Amino acid sequence: MTSLVRLENTGLSHDGKHFIFRHVDLTIRTGEFVAVLGPSGVGKSTLLRVVMGLIPPTEGQVTLAPSPSAQQVGSRRTALVFQDARLMPWRSVRRNVELGLEGLGLSRNDRHARAEESLRLVGLSAEASRWPRQLSGGQRQRVGVARALTVNPDLLLMDEPFGALDAITRAGLQAELLTIREKTRKTVLFVTHDIDEAILLADRIVVLAGKPASVRGDLPVGPRPRDPSSTAMRALADRLRALIAGEPDPGGAAYWQSAEI
Amino acid sequence: MIVLRPGTGTRAALSIAGLVALLAVWQACVQYRVVPPGLLPAPSELWPAWQSELSGGYWQQAVRDSLGHYCAGLAIGSVLGAALGLVCGAAPLADALTSGIVRLLRPIPGLAWVPFAILWFGLNNAGATFVIAISVFWINFYAAWGAVKSVDPELYEVAAAFGHGGVLARMRYVILPASCPGLLSGFRAGLGQGWMSVVAAELFGVPGIGARMMQASSLLATDIVVVYMITMAALYALTDFLFGFLRDRLLRWQG
Repeated sequence: MTSLVRLENTGLSHDGKHFIFRHVDLTIRTGEFVAVLGPSGVGKSTLLRVVMGLIPPTEGQVTLAPSPSAQQVGSRRTALVFQDARLMPWRSVRRNVELGLEGLGLSRNDRHARAEESLRLVGLSAEASRWPRQLSGGQRQRVGVARALTVNPDLLLMDEPFGALDAITRAGLQAELLTIREKTRKTVLFVTHDIDEAILLADRIVVLAGKPASVRGDLPVGPRPRDPSSTAMRALADRLRALIAGEPDPGGAAYWQSAEI
Repeated sequence: MIVLRPGTGTRAALSIAGLVALLAVWQACVQYRVVPPGLLPAPSELWPAWQSELSGGYWQQAVRDSLGHYCAGLAIGSVLGAALGLVCGAAPLADALTSGIVRLLRPIPGLAWVPFAILWFGLNNAGATFVIAISVFWINFYAAWGAVKSVDPELYEVAAAFGHGGVLARMRYVILPASCPGLLSGFRAGLGQGWMSVVAAELFGVPGIGARMMQASSLLATDIVVVYMITMAALYALTDFLFGFLRDRLLRWQG
């Protein structure tokens, strides 16, 4: 697999003295689902914005490989799903989904068709002409996912997209995300502070911790489907917990018995 | 409790009852000489007064003239005020540059501009329009400015994340639609302010409702003055009513 995103010695500071993260090296290959795991406030979301190009890094560089879909009409390199949906309240559901398509030279009919397709993918075809305020939290978040998918991004960035949802809705959307990803084969960079969520979804988990934050670990998760209660997954969770806490890496599978944090 | 918190139907009935009571007391005061005669026309005199204005064609002409000043002044003042308010709200540089000027000019009432309106435009429609436009301008300016300041800043990031990060794109995709409720409530306040300044604008002799009121008052024809006061109130109610439709249409998303 070719690498799609490469961060080299990347750092970000607002005042040039205190760094939010520093010396971050990270490579994401095409088709990979990478989770960035770390405690709240460590700078995961900020890292996401740097990867996306919304914030320029203070140090190092971020490179996005030239796109194979560069010629494709109506696509953008990256798209972001926010934690709190962030729909524009004055746009109908369909028009929210069309947001990223506007300004790309598509006809109105093409935009409609693309939006309908994305809404079908997240199971919201019936809500296309409703207003955001008429949707539930879970539905709003699906619209946020559809909005990102519509621009057919090479890299889909997700910033704790299910963090604000109740447990049942979250589990449903996690399963749905995996299905959608099976269908679309998107490269995903997913930020979360939930260890179980990272284990359930990702191919690889990158642990971001410390002050300034840096990559504390980069672990493959293993084959799907996954059973979070299996010995291997419990052991992985314990390793991740230790890495976040800055304790020495407990390494192998035996550690899970003694760690109950 | 039912009496203290009336429903919509009861409210309408009560508001009419209040009006009728006012007219009754007013009529009684004039009829039984509670008020010295000549100071206040009786409500019963208003209808004949209106009829005489109508038959002479004065009323129609005055309403036409004033509507002309009102609509032109409202349009110019609202558009300029809202546009400048949006720019100042969105661009800190423009905001800083104009804040001194705004502070200097803001407290000057429309009426104070009348001498300059006469000097610059003369005793004509342009002068009257200018005075109305100025008083409407500030309401819209502040409404737009405040509306921009209260835009959810996270939406700028959403727009940027989906390719609309430039200055103009921000204006089009975020600021304008997000400010719409504020802009419209400013415009609505301007609808009322505009009618109030119609009198000021026409005081100095540009034909219209205000001028007609001044003529009538100099002849102590208080019944005619009141006829035009009511005319103006009715025109305001009409414009405000029509505006309600526009606003409901534009702000469907607020529900």
